[in-house]
Order: sequence, then structure tokens, then C-alpha cells
Amino acid sequence: MTPVKSVLPLLAALGMTAPAWSQTDPADWDAVTAAAEGQTVYWHAWGGSTATNDFIAWIGEKAAEEHGVTLEHVKLSDTGDAVTRVLSEKQAGADDDGAVDLIWINGPNFAAMKEADLLFGPFAEALPNWQYVDVDGKTVQTDFTVPTEGYEAPWAMAQVVFMYDTADLDAPLPSAEAILDWAQANPGRFTYPQPPDFLGTTFLKQTLIELVDDNTVLSRPESEADFQAVTAPLWDYLDALTPVLWRQGQAYPATGPAQLQLMADEEIDLAISFSPGEASTAIANNQLQPSVRTFVLEDGTLGNASFVAIPYNSGSKEGAMVVANALMSPEAQLRAQDPAILGYGTVLAMEKLPEADRAAFEALDLGVATLSPAELGDVQPEPHPSWMTRIGQEWIERYGVVQ
Amino acid sequence: MPIRALSDGGGPVPRTGLVAAFPPLTLLVMLGPVAAGLAGTLLPAFGYLPAAGLSTLSLDPFRSLLDWPGLGAATRLSVSTGLLATALALAAVTLLFAGWSGTRAFRVLERLLSPLLSVPHAAMAFGLAFLIAPSGWIARALSPWATGWERPPDLLIVHDQLGLAMVAGLVAKEMPFLMLMGLAAMGQADATRRMRVAQAAGYGRVAGWLKSVFPAIYAQIRLPVYVVLAYSMSVVDVALILGPSTPPPLSVQVVRWMADPDLAMRLTASAAAMLQLALVIAALILWRAGEWAVARLGQAWIARGGRGRAADQLLRPLGVVAGAFSALAVLGGIACLAVWSFAGFWGFPDPLPNGFDMRSWARHGPEAWQATGATALIAGIATALALILVIGCLEAEYRRDRALTQAGLWLVYLPLVVPQIAFLPGLQTLFLTFGLTAGTIPVVIAHLVFVLPYIFLSLGDPWRAWEPRTGIVARALGTSPSGVLWRVRLPMLARPILTAAAVGIAVSVGQYLPTLLAGGGRVATLTTEAVALASGGDRRAIGVYGVAQTLVAMVPFAAALLIPALLWRNRRGMHG
Repeated sequence: MTPVKSVLPLLAALGMTAPAWSQTDPADWDAVTAAAEGQTVYWHAWGGSTATNDFIAWIGEKAAEEHGVTLEHVKLSDTGDAVTRVLSEKQAGADDDGAVDLIWINGPNFAAMKEADLLFGPFAEALPNWQYVDVDGKTVQTDFTVPTEGYEAPWAMAQVVFMYDTADLDAPLPSAEAILDWAQANPGRFTYPQPPDFLGTTFLKQTLIELVDDNTVLSRPESEADFQAVTAPLWDYLDALTPVLWRQGQAYPATGPAQLQLMADEEIDLAISFSPGEASTAIANNQLQPSVRTFVLEDGTLGNASFVAIPYNSGSKEGAMVVANALMSPEAQLRAQDPAILGYGTVLAMEKLPEADRAAFEALDLGVATLSPAELGDVQPEPHPSWMTRIGQEWIERYGVVQ
Repeated sequence: MPIRALSDGGGPVPRTGLVAAFPPLTLLVMLGPVAAGLAGTLLPAFGYLPAAGLSTLSLDPFRSLLDWPGLGAATRLSVSTGLLATALALAAVTLLFAGWSGTRAFRVLERLLSPLLSVPHAAMAFGLAFLIAPSGWIARALSPWATGWERPPDLLIVHDQLGLAMVAGLVAKEMPFLMLMGLAAMGQADATRRMRVAQAAGYGRVAGWLKSVFPAIYAQIRLPVYVVLAYSMSVVDVALILGPSTPPPLSVQVVRWMADPDLAMRLTASAAAMLQLALVIAALILWRAGEWAVARLGQAWIARGGRGRAADQLLRPLGVVAGAFSALAVLGGIACLAVWSFAGFWGFPDPLPNGFDMRSWARHGPEAWQATGATALIAGIATALALILVIGCLEAEYRRDRALTQAGLWLVYLPLVVPQIAFLPGLQTLFLTFGLTAGTIPVVIAHLVFVLPYIFLSLGDPWRAWEPRTGIVARALGTSPSGVLWRVRLPMLARPILTAAAVGIAVSVGQYLPTLLAGGGRVATLTTEAVALASGGDRRAIGVYGVAQTLVAMVPFAAALLIPALLWRNRRGMHG
């Protein structure tokens, strides 16, 4: 260790180590904004969607104008990269001014980071814009059944919808069984992103919820249930579906957007999405043919929230909180819901908003392919994250290694 | 003292002086990170990862690796695609040289070489995927009038189970590299005169070349071939875009495990990275055995004395087809990217988009421009440092009159033969331990590991081929050893030095994993942005970044051609 020690003073002299450890009480908002002034926030967020990237750039402009915070979007191909980064830093003892200041996160990544004490908080419920958040109507305080406890702030609601090309498919399909029947009649025209991709695993969970009679078992860890018995209908279903999938299930699109591209290329006619406005946004951006529409299943579809979390070793926690707060502002939420921009569902409660903001939300044109809140119907809660992990593993063993 | 010992020998060899420090320093810069990174991967492979609260040494990571049902197929894919891609690329380049070297067609390909080399792997792979997919450009151009397809057929072309699309991509991209290496070797192998003798003895073009020139050339390009083999076996970006996914090749699976939210999977990833390293070593040994077998068979073939003139009829066209395949795949891929970057909606089976606009460029241009700045800065610094180190090494080698040994050459190639995924995660941890948390400096250090060997390889031969009597004359006229270096040798070698710099920049521009891991994600280069976008599949955005990436890598090659031409516009002798 001697060389390390002898190098450190030199690095310090060069100004390469972090500024002094600083932490402001999230409840003292004036102190937070004062400390945030001049900070640079590195937001690690998936960079595969240009619509999202543009929205993040816009939030950056707002943060710079209003609070002097510089926001840098670090475009990830996988959120796991940011988790790895924070983990490596902890491993190396880099406990202040780590590379990651803010992460777009939810589900198993959040559960893993929270359990490994890699997160700063609680902070979310102390943010000023928390007052508008729909804590009763939306799943913003639990993340895949794991209590968030203020360690992550919600910024968008997602719900499963299916996109279909009306030029090739006459009517919406009401259930998982109907999807299977249609796929068997039209082989090669349906697929889903390859698990463990987030959206692909979501398709598996959605199908499981459809096929299981009693969903309460899914809200507890899978270790408390008979996994094989509960999931047997899912595997029977997939055994029937896989041979009639695109490429007979020998290949899958890697991600949701790659699946979207297959639809634009006329390779498939039906695709899952976790964003009710995605199809409208894609049509507006020339990424999807105008004949695409969306539907939900009759018994309702899965829904969850996207969050942002702050790593324990961020050197710009105040700046990160300012960004998290800006994301929950009515202005940003309205912009996010606009299908021409992002098409993400809002986390806010309409009745809590000031009159003018509520009117603006009501006036929003949701786009040609977006269902209204009433049409979206019932939201099914996410199963416990352990189900997602286990189903993903089981899928890989059954279908992910077909050679 | 070594200096004394050398000067005792007398003759024109000047004293070494300061330059003696360069070879050890270069080795440290090049191999230190590899060794440290390997150690940093080895420990987690045996269960040691304190940050995740895991600190008991065990074989569990290897057990969980063995439990993965895809292991057999993934391992087989890594080995088969790597060996096949290398063998095909080598065979194609050999045919091209054998059938066409010295002809006009060959010179056309030679001129295409720099642009082909400078296209980054990810951009090429993405373009090729769109070119050959059932809904791709070729199918669109032929549908429905020739194929009858109103909709794309459900054919598994890209991501095929055998990895053939991936092999095609690797062959197309590795051929230009082997061709460049072969061209450098041609001069030293005295190929022209060998061929003259062979043809005078009545040998056909291809057979004569294979029998008289190939053995000499292969001896010189053996290490580059090993680099191609190691690279093809462990490539990540090309495999992601073109390779199979059920299961993927081992290297892709390592990256997936590294990104798994379950922190214990990092251990399995490290164990798999060690397996990847072992596979590469085993494949190299296998290849070496294959060399021996081919040499034995070849000797017998040569001894039989067949003139093989009829074979030219078949093999020469085959060679040019192979060369054209490489050029068309790479350039066609880039053309795809360029068209997509201006495309409005473009559905199947339209041969072209239903409109062209600047939206994608207006949207991504500003960010791409920023990333271009970062890319150029990092490539510039890494290349400048590497040039200084390499020239120092070569000068030390010259002044000591000691050529690089075979072992020394192996050390130069080592960073290229060790799979990146085996040592980069460990290296990241090391940087953090030294307080290099993120930013440009760690990225430059990581890039230097890969830029140095390429610059060494591309500058070594021209440097050694320099006529030493020029130096003797200058010394006799009273110039100091440094004076000879600065005022005679460097100006005379301006063209190869600039070419080496262009190679270095292209290598730096293409780096994905080193930039991502060493930069902590804070350093956004064109390549990290392009691969992040490729995961999303937005072809327009990928088009913008792919085109920008290609331009940044290509401009230095153009400069390497133009600058000497301008510099020596009134020095005819320098245009050799």
C-alpha cells in the first residue's frame, strides 16, 4: 500500500481529489439550492431512446437556468453499468465525489443498491414538489413491492400496452390466450425483447399475471411460494408460443426500441411497450408507421414507476436533489406526458395541482395511438422483484440457450 | 556500464544516452495496466470482492459458471467464430495477394485500405446488419419485383445460431488490417524477385506466390494473425450487433453478467473472463499447431513441383471477389448509416426513404459535435504520447544496435492478445485506488495500452528500413546523434510517422470498453455514444454518430497523405 499512500498527497496537491465531504439536510430546501449552485450532476440514465435523451437535455437547461446546476447525461446501454460503477468505487474506497450523482432506476437494480447500502437518503419525500405527487393513486412509494422509504424519487409512470399495426391486425387482442391464438394463425409476426431485458421480462410477468388465478402469491418473495407450480401455466404457454414467434424463437430483439424497429420494418405486427405514449411519439418521429395503435388486456396490465436515486458517494447530492425535484415539477411532468416529446405518464395527482397546471394537463392532446386514462383501465401491481429475477433465469434455461 | 560497453564496439553506433529509458518506460505503460487489470479480475473469479461483502476465497464463481446452461454453446461459439473468421480473413487476403499483387485492381483496393481500416467496428457491424437483414437494404432493393416479397420473409440471417453473420462482419473488417500488415511485409520479403523466379520456372501466378512468397510473408504477419484471432474470439460490440443471442458468445455473456443487478454475478463474470482468457490461449496453441501442419503439407506440395497454372482461372477471381466483399460490406454499411441519418419514414419494401431531411442531424448534431471534441482530444493526447514513446524505443534499439527480439515482439502484442474483458474491470478498480476516479486522464492511460502496440507495429518496419548510411554520412559531417534523429531521420520518415499517427487515432476512436470503464461514463466519445444508441436501435441517431465516428477516424489518414505531399512538394526524392 505504500505507493498508494505516497501518491495521494501529490494528487491532492494537484487538486485531483474530491472537495470536502458535504451533505445538506434535504428538508432545508434553501440550503440545498444554495449548495447546489455551481454543482455538476452526472445523471446515469439509459441512452437508447432519443426522445428521452432530448427530454433530459431540456431538464438540464431548466436546472442550469433556475439553480445554476449543470446536468450531464451519461448515456448507458444498461443501468447495471452505473450500479457496477458505484460498487467499484465502494470497493476502492472512493467514498466521496463518485462518478455517479443520479441514476434512473427501478426494480431489481433499486432493490440491490438499497440492500448493499449504496444509496443516499431518505430525501425524496422532503422535496418541495413531493406535495403534488399522487401517493394514494399511484405506486410511487413502493418499487416492485419494495418500500422506497424516500431513497428514490418518482418521475414517470409506466403501464404495459401492446402496439399493433392496424394494417395487418384488425382488432385488439383481449387476453394472453387471444395473443397465442393470433400468433399461431400468423406465425413469425410476434416477438418480445430477449429476457433478461427489462421489457422482455415484463412480457413474461404480464403473461404470468394473466395466467395465474390468484395474484396475491406474487406480491410476496417467490421463495415463499411453490415457484414451479405457480409458473407452470406460463411455461406451458411459452412452449406453445415460441415455435410461432419471429425467427421461431431462435433470435429475439435485444431491447424495446430494437423491437419497435422490427415493427417499422414490417417484420412483426404486434409488440409490447411499457409506455402508453411510446407509439404516438414514435409515429411523430418517423420511427413507426402511422397505422400503429395500442391496446391493453381486458383484465388490466402491469404498471410501475420510474425513479431517480442518488448514490451514497455522490459529490453533488444537492444538485442531484434539485434535478429530482425539477423532474417532479408540474411543468416537467406536463412536458413528459406530451406524446410529441416523451409520452410518459405523470406521477402527479391532478386534484393536488394548481388550477392552471390542471387545465394544461387536461388540454394535452395525447396523440393518435395513445389510450386515454379511462381506456388504460386497471393497473396491475408489480410482483415482488424476486419473481422477475427467477423468471428471467428460468426463461434463459428454457429458451435462452436453444442451441 | 552499458554505454561504455557499446561504444567499445566502435563503428557508427552512437551512444544511447537518455533514450535508454524509453523501452522500460514503454513496457510499463503498455503492460502495467494489463497485468494489474488481470490481477483485479483474478481475485473476484475466486470469490474475493470486498465491496459486495464477499471476501472468502472459493471456487463458487466457477461452479456457478458451470451451472449456466449456455456455457457449452457460448464457448463453442467463441472458438468457432474466432477460428473461422481468422482463417477466412487470412485465406481471402492470401488469395488477393497471390492473384493480384502488382496489378491495377490491387492498387485500387490498396487505395481503399485506409478508409476501410478507419471505419469503427461497431459502425460497420450496424451497417452490415441493415444491409443483409430480411428487411434490409438488399432485400428492399429487390422487393417485390424480383423476390415477390410484399413483407420481409421470416429468415434468420442476422443473429444466426452459427454466428455466420458475425463471422462475415469480422472477416470484412479484419481483411484490411491483415492486408496492411501483408503490404508492410511484402517489401521485406523481396516478393517481386521471388515471383519473377517462380514465373520464369513456369509456375502459375497463385501457385507461384503461395510457394515462393507466402512462407516469407506469413512469418512476418504471424503475430497480427494472432491478434485477429484473439480479437475475433472476444469481441463484444460486433457480437452484440451481428452475433447469436440464444446464447451469445462468451464475451457478450461476461458483459451481461458484469451489468447484472445481483452483485454476486460479478464473480461469475470474472470467472467467465478467466475462461475467456484460457480459451484464447488454447486457440492460439491450436492455431500454432495448425501452422505446423500446413507447413508440413505445404513443403510436400512444393516438393511435388506442380506448376498449378490451371488453378489461376478459379483462384484469381475468387481473390478479387473476397476483396470486393470486404470493401462493399464496409463501405456499403457506412452508406446505409449515411442514408439513415437523413431518412424520413422508411418502410419495407421502399428502396429509399420516403423523404430526406436534416432532422436527425439538427437533433443529434450539437451533441455529436461535443463528443467529437472529446474523442479528438483523447485520441490526440494518447497518440502523441505513444509516438514519443515508440520513437524513443526505436531510437534506443537503433543506437544500441540491438533489434527487437521475438520475445520483445510478443510483449508488444500482448495487450492486443489478452481479451479486453479479462483485464479492464480490474483496471477500473485500480484507477480508483489511485484516486483517478473519472475523466480524461484515466481514459488516455487506458487507450495508450491499445494505441501503443499499433503505433509500434506500423512504425517499426519503416523505421528499421531507413538506410543507415544516411546517418553515417550525417555523422561524418559532424551532426550529433540527436541531430541525426531530429534533422535527418524524422523528416525523412515523416510519411510513415503520420500514417502511424493516423492508425493510432483510428484505434483510439474505436475503443468502447476502455472508454466506458476508465472514464466512469463521464467521458462521452463518439463510440460510447454510438454503442449506447445501438442498444436502442434508433437507426437515424446511430447513422449520425456512425458517420461522425468514421469521419473522425478517416481525416487523419487523409492528412497523412496530404501533409507529406505539401511538405515535400519541391523535394522529389522524398516521394518514394
